Amino acid sequence: MATSVIEQAGPQAHTRKAPTGIWSWITTVDHKRIGILYGVTAFFFFLLGGLEALLLRIQLGSANNTFLSPEAYNQLFTMHGTTMIFLGVMPLSAMYFNYIIPLQIGARDVVFPRLNAFSYWVFLVGGLVLNASFVFGAAPNAGWFGYANLTSTQYSPGLNVDFWVVGLQILGIASLAAAVNFFTTIVNLRAKGMRVLRMPMFCWMSLITQLLLLLAFPVITVALIFLMMDRYFGANFFRVSAAGDPMLWQHLFWIFGHPEVYILILPAFGIVSEILPVFSRKPLFGYAAMVFSGAFIAVLGFGVWSHHMFATGMGPIADASFGLLTMLIAIPTGVKIFNWIGTIWGGSIQLKTPMYFALGFIAMFIIGGLSGIMHSAVPADLQQTDSYFVVAHFHYVLFGGSIFALTAGTYYWFPKMTGKMLGEGLGKIHFWLMFIGFNVTFFPMHFLGLNGMPRRVYTYQPGLGFEFWNQVETIGSMVLGFSFLVFIVNIVLSLRKGQRAPADPWNGATLEWSIPSPPPEFNFAEVPEVTTRDPLWEEKRARGGHLPEPVRASGEGIHMPNPSKWPIIAALGIGVFFTGFLLGVKLPVILAGALLTIVAIFAWALEPAG
Amino acid sequence: MAHDIAHPAVDTTTGLDHRKLAIWTFIGSECLFFASLIGTYLVYKGKSVVGPFPHDAWVSPAGQHLEPIFEIPLVTFGTAVLLFSSFFVVLALANIQRGNRKAFLGWLGATIVCGLFFIGMQVYEFTHFVHKGLGFTTNLFGSSFYALTGFHGTHVTVGVIWLTSILVLGLRGKMPPEKALNLEIAALYWHFVDVVWIVIFPVVYLMS
Repeated sequence: MATSVIEQAGPQAHTRKAPTGIWSWITTVDHKRIGILYGVTAFFFFLLGGLEALLLRIQLGSANNTFLSPEAYNQLFTMHGTTMIFLGVMPLSAMYFNYIIPLQIGARDVVFPRLNAFSYWVFLVGGLVLNASFVFGAAPNAGWFGYANLTSTQYSPGLNVDFWVVGLQILGIASLAAAVNFFTTIVNLRAKGMRVLRMPMFCWMSLITQLLLLLAFPVITVALIFLMMDRYFGANFFRVSAAGDPMLWQHLFWIFGHPEVYILILPAFGIVSEILPVFSRKPLFGYAAMVFSGAFIAVLGFGVWSHHMFATGMGPIADASFGLLTMLIAIPTGVKIFNWIGTIWGGSIQLKTPMYFALGFIAMFIIGGLSGIMHSAVPADLQQTDSYFVVAHFHYVLFGGSIFALTAGTYYWFPKMTGKMLGEGLGKIHFWLMFIGFNVTFFPMHFLGLNGMPRRVYTYQPGLGFEFWNQVETIGSMVLGFSFLVFIVNIVLSLRKGQRAPADPWNGATLEWSIPSPPPEFNFAEVPEVTTRDPLWEEKRARGGHLPEPVRASGEGIHMPNPSKWPIIAALGIGVFFTGFLLGVKLPVILAGALLTIVAIFAWALEPAG
Repeated sequence: MAHDIAHPAVDTTTGLDHRKLAIWTFIGSECLFFASLIGTYLVYKGKSVVGPFPHDAWVSPAGQHLEPIFEIPLVTFGTAVLLFSSFFVVLALANIQRGNRKAFLGWLGATIVCGLFFIGMQVYEFTHFVHKGLGFTTNLFGSSFYALTGFHGTHVTVGVIWLTSILVLGLRGKMPPEKALNLEIAALYWHFVDVVWIVIFPVVYLMS
């Protein structure tokens, strides 16, 4: 290696102090701070979504229950899904895109730091707008997928669907801006010598995810625009009396919606591909196959959307084609599973908490994948669709998959981000409670579904054979909820008096472990150069197995981008603009929002560069 | 490797300036945006229950006779103007790179004038259509046509504002050859908007 990845010490005396105070957080353009903002906000929304789920489970705990009215139930299950997807998993992934990608590619920040901040603030605005609906007693209630023409003003006259449409449009802007940013960063800001096939797998999966975001979100943007036009201006996009076709909504939504689920899972794949090698003390098995299978999944993911529509009467040719393509996705996915197993095989397994969650991920994702394959068989799906079997499937892949992996990533990267280790004892308790609670809640849903319990229903009749498993699931959900309390206790205790984390607590392979925990503002005192995959393992091998603890450099002479107030102001402008529609197309508000956004963009563009 | 103003040495992984890579990425995303709008137009083509129709006459139940609504000669001229504007912005870019300030500002001004003419043509066309009975809510054709061409027109407007900002900066002497990339990025966006119109014009106006 030409230049060492180890920190070169600068003068110790005048270490740059991180700015403090709320204004420094509001104007921050530091990817690490933005990552923490995403993580804390997303975790809060995730808990909110979890609370919504617990309320649903209480209602379903017994037949003909009256804990929730049908309307309240509809609002809660809609918000649960929308929150978990858009305000939970996606921004939790964004936390790691933000914090970890620049560190792993050896960069000081992302390519567009202010755009990065903008994405966060727009996300926050979107999440607040969506949840403000509760204050008005008008939370979205037409499902997270908002099918036309239930969402028309004729069948949904209240503000509920308007909150949903406006909230999602705002969130879409945040995702698109971030996708442009991270795509450009990963392609263009890698350290010298880091060719794409030397990049960490988390960066690869994140890169593919950004591409999916860029190509899928415009489609739902158009679908939501059509719905807005129908609701606010009386357009005909989904108006049956004008020969508008509600199926158009389903096609547009799922052309977005299927790539969206790969957006939800690919970062998780990337995280697991980071953790398994480190905790097996073995390089990732089949690196190139992992790259190509990830790319193949993403490409195929654009070709299978109508497998969400097998029961809509598309005809045998469409059904067969989409069924076949869906089955094909099992192949690259299987490649990944086998490569993960190949990574662990023969390794020196370190059973620490990140590894527990990563192993749990593999098992749970396999189960979710198996029920998925069952759905790909069209005749079987006609039985399974709209039943609890589907609910089981997607919770196994989204919770058992994404959430387990994100939790693994949290235990793995928490030391780097905070300089403290999360407690191992509490971590294992957390794991087992989550694992048991999760399976007790969701496994019986396979049975209920095949026995005929429909989904999206606020109650069920006694005597149909649904009571027992529903009761079991409700108890399981409480255990699952409790596991999050354990997690929170672990986080709080560890932040207060956890064990100090060195730069490299896990014997990591990638560049983020070469700098102090937490990293200085400028990340690397000297931008590293790499010559292999797993550059830190290579460096340790060259130096007899260990590297000394990096010294905290002062960062003198390293120029970082200036903070800026324009990202949050532009985000507020966007919020005001869309709120104008929510208030019943109030033109002054819409124009005020547009003007604020435009002024902010000009000020941003003309601001002196950092 | 020889470097000049048009091809500066850039210390990035691909050798491309970050902003150039970013605008291409954004343009790629926008392709899907317009593809969805164009796809919807095509799916709804010929399915409107009531007129006015784009290429066919219609007699309403009340006996009102409505001609096909498109005025191809006007739109063809507007298309040509937009296409020429892409050529003019290329000339503006070549001149800013060579340091010919007057020519740069002149060609950039011409680009903007063409853009404004196109927008004016669309405003006239929309107003004319509304008078002839085609509103946004009239039928499937109205909704899908105005959505598609309206969003395209919005993109043209954003482009005109962007180019005008560069013109104003240029008039104030703040656009030397070293800042040519700023114009190049705006020009890439402008070309994209033009290419989208090259798809819309035959699909919407010419195909019957």
